[in-house]
Amino acid sequence: MAGLSLRDVRKSYTPELQVIHGVSMEIKDGEFIVILGPSGCGKSTLLRMVAGLETITAGEIAIGDRVVNNLEPKDRDIAMVFQNYALYPHMSVYDNMAYGLRIRGLSRAEIETRVQKAAAILELARFLQRRPRELSGGQRQRVAMGRAIVREPQVFLFDEPLSNLDAKLRVQMRGELQALHRRLGTTSLFVTHDQVEAMTLAQRMIVMNGGRAEQIGAPLEVYAKPATTFVASFIGSPPMNLIPRNGKLLGVRPEHLEPCAASDAMLTIDVDLIEPLGADIIVYGHEGKPGGDDSSARIAARLPADAQAHAGKLPLRYAPANLHWYDPASGKRIEP
Amino acid sequence: MVENRPWLTFLSHAVLLLGVLAVAFPLYVTFVASTLSLEQIMQAPMPLWPGDQLVENYSQVLTAGSTKGSKAAASSMLVNSLVMALVIPLGKIAISVISAFAIVYFRFPLRMFFFWMIFVTLMLPVEVRIIPTFKVIADLGMLNTYAGLTVPLIASATATFLFRQFFMTIPDELAEAARVDGASPMRFFVDVLLPLSKTTMAALFVIQFIYGWNQYLWPLLITTDESMYTTVIGIKRMIVGSDAANEWNLIMATAILAMLPPALVVMLMQKWFVKGLVETEK
Repeated sequence: MAGLSLRDVRKSYTPELQVIHGVSMEIKDGEFIVILGPSGCGKSTLLRMVAGLETITAGEIAIGDRVVNNLEPKDRDIAMVFQNYALYPHMSVYDNMAYGLRIRGLSRAEIETRVQKAAAILELARFLQRRPRELSGGQRQRVAMGRAIVREPQVFLFDEPLSNLDAKLRVQMRGELQALHRRLGTTSLFVTHDQVEAMTLAQRMIVMNGGRAEQIGAPLEVYAKPATTFVASFIGSPPMNLIPRNGKLLGVRPEHLEPCAASDAMLTIDVDLIEPLGADIIVYGHEGKPGGDDSSARIAARLPADAQAHAGKLPLRYAPANLHWYDPASGKRIEP
Repeated sequence: MVENRPWLTFLSHAVLLLGVLAVAFPLYVTFVASTLSLEQIMQAPMPLWPGDQLVENYSQVLTAGSTKGSKAAASSMLVNSLVMALVIPLGKIAISVISAFAIVYFRFPLRMFFFWMIFVTLMLPVEVRIIPTFKVIADLGMLNTYAGLTVPLIASATATFLFRQFFMTIPDELAEAARVDGASPMRFFVDVLLPLSKTTMAALFVIQFIYGWNQYLWPLLITTDESMYTTVIGIKRMIVGSDAANEWNLIMATAILAMLPPALVVMLMQKWFVKGLVETEK
């Protein structure tokens, strides 16, 4: 196994159209890294550059201490799991997993052992003779992972592998992925647009926007101290409230707002939408005068489930420790 | 739609039955004529019940051919037809699947130009280019040969286009997965693309088998030797001069023989054929 280094990696299709603007990161051996970002931010492109499916315009990608910029995917010692699984439809589950090994010229016995082992880990042993179309979505997903596992690669690459599954299965597979990583300890790079997946799976994550890494860090650290307004508004549901104050942006998460007496109010919102979620209630409203001035910031607050939520004025307060400040022009965090 | 209108049901069935009759009756007459003696056919009206000459007529055409007109035996003509009807579809499939693979999966200079060049040949069926093609084949000394019969008909824009469309529906990730698995392009072609194209190939084979079997104009031009006649040409060559001069019983027997192989191919490959046209296994 090996670490992975990205050194100022850039990608452009034409001189004008640059899609990755220099991403650098050192990934330690065995780390599980999630690349998170909205669609079109370049996260899949970055992953495909690591895989060798896209060329690298500038910079360096190294797996272990081997620079792989000019190596074919098969020579990079990686395995990839695709969003739509990309299983060979005409091959059985066994053959799907064995195909790459056969090309590598492994012996029959060796292939058999590896496939059986992967099938046992993924609970696929009963399905080895089936075709992919006879399997459910979750099972296909497992076969795709099995195909990656049998290769015993240095790095696993996952390209939104869970986004084709329904919500319940996604939660289950998330758990299995975590368990799998704990068991195999292979360096993994996982692309997703789903912040819950990122928060739960990542040891560290890269939040990307417009081809730039906005922030790299452990999930809770990113959540607690978003480096830019983009990260602040991308992570958290509902996202962090950004309220203009004295030429700066004041950021405060919805769960850090609590209702209070009108005399203590640090912030009063005019509630116009209430979403009871069972565990808690989320209220939305505009700050400012009744009737609403549309230019004022829209604010969400997470209230306890037993709160009396109703439309109209709602005085709120917050603890100063939970505040974040941003520069409105650059979007960068201002440390107090 | 569920409707219960007895008259409508009756009417629609009547129309369908008429249609079936219109198609089936000539076939039946052909068969009946092939079992009669020449004298019986020449009666007016011709009997509509099968006669007792079935074995005699068929063994006559299969071994010796007719006594007037072409003397080629139907058995050798059937072999010629079969060669033509097999080489054309197999050649077409082999060439088209490879050229479609090149066009879809490789980025080479003038790729689209070549694609359109292939596509444009759709506008040039054999009939349009028949004189220059004949000249080329004649100069190459390929008259009265199997190569001459089949090679000019093998290139096919339709089949290339069909495979191209099929390949374009195969997700790119499949090619990428194969690349990550370490498969070379040719390996991907053989291990993944060809097995996936099986049903498309089967459909194409059926269509092109019939196309090859039914070729008329081209073999008519380039076969002058009786031993190279295809069945369809043989029938034409058995018809000489006026009505009464022809051995209609033998001609009809040959016609029945000519109809059997395509019917057989369609029947045997029907399941594959339909699958190839409607379903893609992805």
